[in-house]
Amino acid sequence: MGHIRIAGVSKGYINRRTVQRSPDTAGCFAGDRIAVLDDIHLEFHDGEMVCILGPSGCGKSTLLRIIAGFEACDRGSVVIDGRTVDGPDREHIFVFQHTALFPWMTVRENVGLGVRHLADRKEQGIRIQEYIEMVELDGFEDRYPHQLSGGMQRRAELARALVVNPETLFLDEPFTGLDFLTHMKMREEVTAMHEFIGKTIVMVTHDIDDALIMGDRIVVMSGRPSHVKLVRKLDFPRPRDFRKSPSLNDLRNEIFLMLGVNYAV
Amino acid sequence: MDGIKYFGKNIAFLGRALPEAVRISPAFRRRLFKALPFIAMLAAWQMAVRFSGWSPQVFPGPVAVAAGMWELMENGTLLGHAVASLFRVTVGFYLAMLAGIPLGILLGRWQPAAQMLNPAIQFLRPISPLAWIPLAMLWFGIGDPPAIFLIFLSSFFPLTVSTASAAAAIKPVYFHVGANFRFSRIEVLTKIVMPAILPDILTALRISVTIAWLVVVAAEMIAVTSGLGFLILDARNGLRMDYVMDGMIVIGVIGMCLDSLMMRLARFESVCWGTLAS
Repeated sequence: MGHIRIAGVSKGYINRRTVQRSPDTAGCFAGDRIAVLDDIHLEFHDGEMVCILGPSGCGKSTLLRIIAGFEACDRGSVVIDGRTVDGPDREHIFVFQHTALFPWMTVRENVGLGVRHLADRKEQGIRIQEYIEMVELDGFEDRYPHQLSGGMQRRAELARALVVNPETLFLDEPFTGLDFLTHMKMREEVTAMHEFIGKTIVMVTHDIDDALIMGDRIVVMSGRPSHVKLVRKLDFPRPRDFRKSPSLNDLRNEIFLMLGVNYAV
Repeated sequence: MDGIKYFGKNIAFLGRALPEAVRISPAFRRRLFKALPFIAMLAAWQMAVRFSGWSPQVFPGPVAVAAGMWELMENGTLLGHAVASLFRVTVGFYLAMLAGIPLGILLGRWQPAAQMLNPAIQFLRPISPLAWIPLAMLWFGIGDPPAIFLIFLSSFFPLTVSTASAAAAIKPVYFHVGANFRFSRIEVLTKIVMPAILPDILTALRISVTIAWLVVVAAEMIAVTSGLGFLILDARNGLRMDYVMDGMIVIGVIGMCLDSLMMRLARFESVCWGTLAS
């Protein structure tokens, strides 16, 4: 399971510079709204790794937050597995752009959040350990997040999300702030993990190479107000390398051009 | 602590300059380093007494004060006064914590409460607890209750205001995570709000315990017949400046101990999760 249908989603924000903060938003004029998302229609299939690309500030994170239920859209609807999204849910775990591990909890306690309802303590412990080992953080169970490197924090957060065994996983620019090598390793790990667990993953990124190498499907969005510019299913075998696959390289150039870069290097 | 370690390296030459036989251990060197200001104070005090020409009744020297301290300790009055003061500070401070921290969380996390109560709190906050002394004595009579009331007042407002601002400053992303993992209201409070504000509360406690100490002395000078404040006032009336200074020294020592007790809490990772350098 993990089928996502986005039908006609639009979203705007009220321009707080011109309109005073007020609890009712209905009474403002059309010009006071900044349209962010404009009539988005998308469909993601079960078990797909979807990468959403777009220029900075185009509303890709907003779209992801709407799909995950953290924000309401003005028009349209998001349906996951036949259920309309109306709020955050344990089945749809969101991994935030900047680390959102609880800094006052150890790695074990953080990862344990997702299985805290399990009555069987022993099984709980086994599950936690299993996922900590999966992201190769064994030996760091009792460390606090500030004692870990950026990449390790990211991995701990992935473990916290995966231990829930969610139907879908949302990653909001999961590799920002990581150094180059950690970025490459995390890319590899997330791809391997996706193949292993087979869940639907929707990832927002600004890195075109990430999207091309990881994605089963890529979505390119335009600048604000944002609409879908391109949806493409990627059937390239993994591991992918755009230097060896001419058609992947062509697609890469096309996307670079689409996002306003003439000479992709 | 880091600072001291760093400076400890800088005074390493002290150890190196000495012959092997009398070389001092790093731990002892650090302790010596902390003691240096006290030694300097003692020396300056002794010099001032020596060269000021004031009589020992007006400005007693370290030796006279130490002798007075010994007398006070021997007949047990010092301990009695210290315990009386500590009791009042403890009770008043706990009451302030019990009332101030929950109120602060409410103010920080619930907009309407903040909008309603903030002006009233900001109105009451700048009124010195000492200004309440006449009313407190009238209401609660002579004895512990007025002093406890004043200590409560003095620590309640700083605690409430710091708790409120800490609670309001919790990163929203933590609440998103809580919503994602379907936290109950109780879990939001115990797993997010409380641990998130703990480091700030610890700082607030350090500051307000000092204020509470300041106030207890003043309160005891007026409303009661025991405690370190009373000791100082009583000694002044008896023109025993050495006892006055003894009272001051004991207040300082207890204040220092309370602070290091608080800092000990900060060493627990689950309390301060790397926010405080300890």
